[in-house]
Amino acid sequence: MLEVRDLHAGYDGVEVLHGISLQVKPGEIVAVLGSNGAGKSTLNNNISGLYRPFAGAIAFEGTDITGASSERVVELGLVQVPEGRCVFPNMTVRENLELGGYRRGREHRAQNLERVTEVFPRLEERFAQLAGTLSGGEQQMLAIGRGIMTEPRLLILDEPSLGLSPILVDEMFALIRQLHGQGLAILLVEQNVVQSLTLADRAYVMENGTIALSGMAASLLENPDLKRSYLGM
Amino acid sequence: MDGAAATAVPSAGLLPFGDKMEFLGIDLPSYSWATVFGSAISGVFLGAVYALVALGLTLIYGVLHIINFAHGSLLMLAMFAVYFLWKLLGIDPYVAMLIVVPGGFLFGYGLQRLIIGQSSHGRDEIILLVTLGIAIVIENAALFAFSADERLVQVPYDMDGIDLGVTYAVYPELAALGGSLLITLLLWLFMTRTDTGKAIRAVAKERRGARLVGINVDHIFAISFGIGTACVAAAASLLAATYPVHPQFGYLFVLIAFTIVVLGGMGSFVGALVGGFIIGITEQLGRLYLGESLGLITISAIFILILLFRPTGLFGQRVR
Repeated sequence: MLEVRDLHAGYDGVEVLHGISLQVKPGEIVAVLGSNGAGKSTLNNNISGLYRPFAGAIAFEGTDITGASSERVVELGLVQVPEGRCVFPNMTVRENLELGGYRRGREHRAQNLERVTEVFPRLEERFAQLAGTLSGGEQQMLAIGRGIMTEPRLLILDEPSLGLSPILVDEMFALIRQLHGQGLAILLVEQNVVQSLTLADRAYVMENGTIALSGMAASLLENPDLKRSYLGM
Repeated sequence: MDGAAATAVPSAGLLPFGDKMEFLGIDLPSYSWATVFGSAISGVFLGAVYALVALGLTLIYGVLHIINFAHGSLLMLAMFAVYFLWKLLGIDPYVAMLIVVPGGFLFGYGLQRLIIGQSSHGRDEIILLVTLGIAIVIENAALFAFSADERLVQVPYDMDGIDLGVTYAVYPELAALGGSLLITLLLWLFMTRTDTGKAIRAVAKERRGARLVGINVDHIFAISFGIGTACVAAAASLLAATYPVHPQFGYLFVLIAFTIVVLGGMGSFVGALVGGFIIGITEQLGRLYLGESLGLITISAIFILILLFRPTGLFGQRVR
């Protein structure tokens, strides 16, 4: 479904990613793990068309999207829920959700809105409230809800648990499981190693702009290197 | 607007209350309430047009976060367009709105997309200088092509109007007020009801989020610039029957429009409208009491006064 081949990318001529290859198959949850500065967000930004890669190739459902514009990527159904949520603070919750259907999913906006409010009843209570006044957890819900409004075929979730309380983190992972249960393919980019591996089918571990480890999530959980570097065991 | 001169003389039959008023040790002339009220009303008419010019400026600032120095020269250019449409083709200046507003939109869209966007590489300080450069080019081109002469569109109905009792409102004034309110309303509906309007608001505050829902930010920038220019084009059409145009015409209005934008709160539509009325009324009352030239200092005075108490402007939001 998503295929990244030997991707080199970075900012202002400084290379951050030194040849990343990964793939996501239909219906999978794939986790990309790594500490701060490993290059996870750079990877996302290049997949989503916010930046142009230096070299390598990205294909989505057989279409080459290397260096494509973000509009084009969204149009194809590859949707990112960014780190830091990036909701529109000056607009109401409802308007934020409606804009999710700006480029894609415009025809089914009403149905999609219903679907989102079924998943997040709390958002419906806050429909008329400005997004900037929501709590961090609610903003994260809104960001994901806005992503669902775009009718994604593959949803990239960048650090959805960042800045949430432990209870909300559990809720967030339960929600990701629920979305996946509806058949949505998910690329989960996280620092939260244990919970991500418990949820994912497969995982890649990034270090310094390269893939250090990859494999089935269950076997990675038992990997001694991973245990040592991320879990302190 | 000549309203000031007309209302500076107390209307016959209405008695002034008292002989002199003293304010901060300065003797002020005293007028009847009717005169003061009439002057305030002509301030409302004037303020409406100021608001329209400020509206375009505040929209461009709100979205692109740039101060558009070319705003005044675009107003002047639109005034010349209205003038020549009337002079050469005999088109009424108000009817000309149907031509100059879409024309202004396309001109602004192209200007942002082809010149400002291309040359600035997204850096605000460069955008600022580019708009300044555009202003200089347009003004000097106008000076070269049209000379510094003043030209006025003459309409047969420019002295006709309605007697409001306290003041006489001519049709051009009424058209300016009605037109400004209508355009503000349309703009507000556009920004809150349409996808493109919502996209403009989204881009104004959260560009990254906007790109991730598939909004083409460059296109939205250019649309905002286009709408801002369409606003001054509309203002030009509403002003043409009252103000003579010349290549330096833009300065007068744009300086006041800048004041209004800051006074009302950068990026706020309501602020631009309310600010326009405040400045219009202040200016007319200032002229009434302090005379044609000294009266203009009241604008600066009220500007400083409001900013002392509300540094973000009347309807401005605190920077997050």
